[in-house]
Amino acid sequence: MGNDIKILSPCGMLGYGFPEESFLRGIEEEPHGIVVDAGSTDAGPHKLGAGVSIVSRRAAKKDLMIILENGIPNKIPIIIGSAGGAGAQVHVNWTMEIIEEILQELELQVKIAVIWADIPNDLVIESNVQGKIKPLSPNIPLLTEEVILETNGIVAQMGHEPILEALKEGADIIVCGRAYDPSPFAAIGIFHGKDPGLSYHLGKILECGALCAEPGTTKDSILGIIGDTSFKVKSLNPKRKCTSISVAAHTFYEKEHPYILHGPGFTLNLEQCEFKELEDGVVEVSNSKYIPASQHFIKLEGARKVAYRTFALAGIRDPILLENIDDIESRVKQQVSEYYDEIPSDDYQVNFYNYGMNAVLGNKEKEVFSGHEIGLVIEVIAKDQELANSICSTARSTFLHFPHEKRKSTAGNLAFPFAPSDIEFGAVYEFSVYHLMEIVDNPFRIEYR
Amino acid sequence: MEKLFDMAKVLRSKNSGPFELTMDILFDSSEKYLRVKNSNKITTELICDLYNITERDVRHIVFFDPAMGIKITILRGVSSGTVGERDVYGAQQHAPLMNILID
Repeated sequence: MGNDIKILSPCGMLGYGFPEESFLRGIEEEPHGIVVDAGSTDAGPHKLGAGVSIVSRRAAKKDLMIILENGIPNKIPIIIGSAGGAGAQVHVNWTMEIIEEILQELELQVKIAVIWADIPNDLVIESNVQGKIKPLSPNIPLLTEEVILETNGIVAQMGHEPILEALKEGADIIVCGRAYDPSPFAAIGIFHGKDPGLSYHLGKILECGALCAEPGTTKDSILGIIGDTSFKVKSLNPKRKCTSISVAAHTFYEKEHPYILHGPGFTLNLEQCEFKELEDGVVEVSNSKYIPASQHFIKLEGARKVAYRTFALAGIRDPILLENIDDIESRVKQQVSEYYDEIPSDDYQVNFYNYGMNAVLGNKEKEVFSGHEIGLVIEVIAKDQELANSICSTARSTFLHFPHEKRKSTAGNLAFPFAPSDIEFGAVYEFSVYHLMEIVDNPFRIEYR
Repeated sequence: MEKLFDMAKVLRSKNSGPFELTMDILFDSSEKYLRVKNSNKITTELICDLYNITERDVRHIVFFDPAMGIKITILRGVSSGTVGERDVYGAQQHAPLMNILID
């Protein structure tokens, strides 16, 4: 029987912020690790494709400052998962630069482990040829060498193994590239000899900060405590508490299945879990089962540039125009293509999104429009930026002055909130790699600084 | 008859990865949860109708008693954040479920 192991999760995403008082209450509990998730695919392929982060540098530094100035002097290991938003080399470097800046400002000397999650193209191509790569769901195409080469850096989600190694080496700060969100949390429990099922299930809960509490939020701290046969989740803010429903319900969050979770090299089965509410608003969970997989698959992620975008925003308030909007929009598109008859129609597309009407659900919308105004997004997608700008400009001016038959407002059809109206968006990316790759050797390289 | 939206404590949608959407319907009493579960209204057929998809696009419909919740996972037509897709986080795709009527 070992001691209870405590893990402090400051917030659901590094840079989202958290009340310092909640965090300090967590520090008073003398945790065995401070772990924070810093990445997600949720914000879209652009982070990975363009190598940018989800949060601002200012916000990331603000959170890291509180974590480092409390964690380091108290000798609590600090782990950052999926650094910089997407966990590729550029994201890890961005995070390391902020950390080094803080360490200099606080005059602290530490041992840092950086765990890289970038997977070299040669390895992906070779594995693909050997049939060791498969799509994650049926709507994802098979990978080809062409797609791999067009993809701007492929990362893989690491499990707890390399993080465990860095903990054993005595790293004070571990900066992980892309990680399976629960892995950095699970590594602390497993390092202290706890059950991997409990460790991973707790990690799945803690990675979202206080979202499992009531009221839930990703912008507050939460504490996890792992024992030998169960774990507990405890809110660190008196305004929130964990209930058996709030914690059980969190098991559902942003996963395809409510109780089967597929991680790198294992499956977690939570079907038999018990969620017990203890008297003080703390929830105890038991029976989380870790089932090692016979083949070790890791999840690959990559994004490639597919087009360039320019868009314009406008309001439409005229009832006659609103009544005939579908017809007018298709005629505007037609007029644009007639004007640019020298440009192949495959080189660009014009899309109109009618916010207030059916822009969110598209063809799934069943409600009949009953409003008096809409927000219009004119989106132009093209093979290069100059073309996107030109087409958007023409589509916008065509729409603005389009002489539909019944109109009385002959001076203009669109209310632009801003001048200039057209916004050059830049490149548009897509998740070109979202596949499982079978591995034998651990591809995650650890570097100590 | 009662609307699913009025019975549920949580009715939400979210990405489960960039290629799937997952909808959660959670309840605060087992009475309400079981009423919905036993109504047999939440079926693949209904989801296909509401979301304008085919059976092949429905990954899971799971009733999970310990959490008093229902999970529905479907495939996205277009992956999150690329051309033609308009809900990057998939956070507003739950609306078609709201008006399901439960006996």
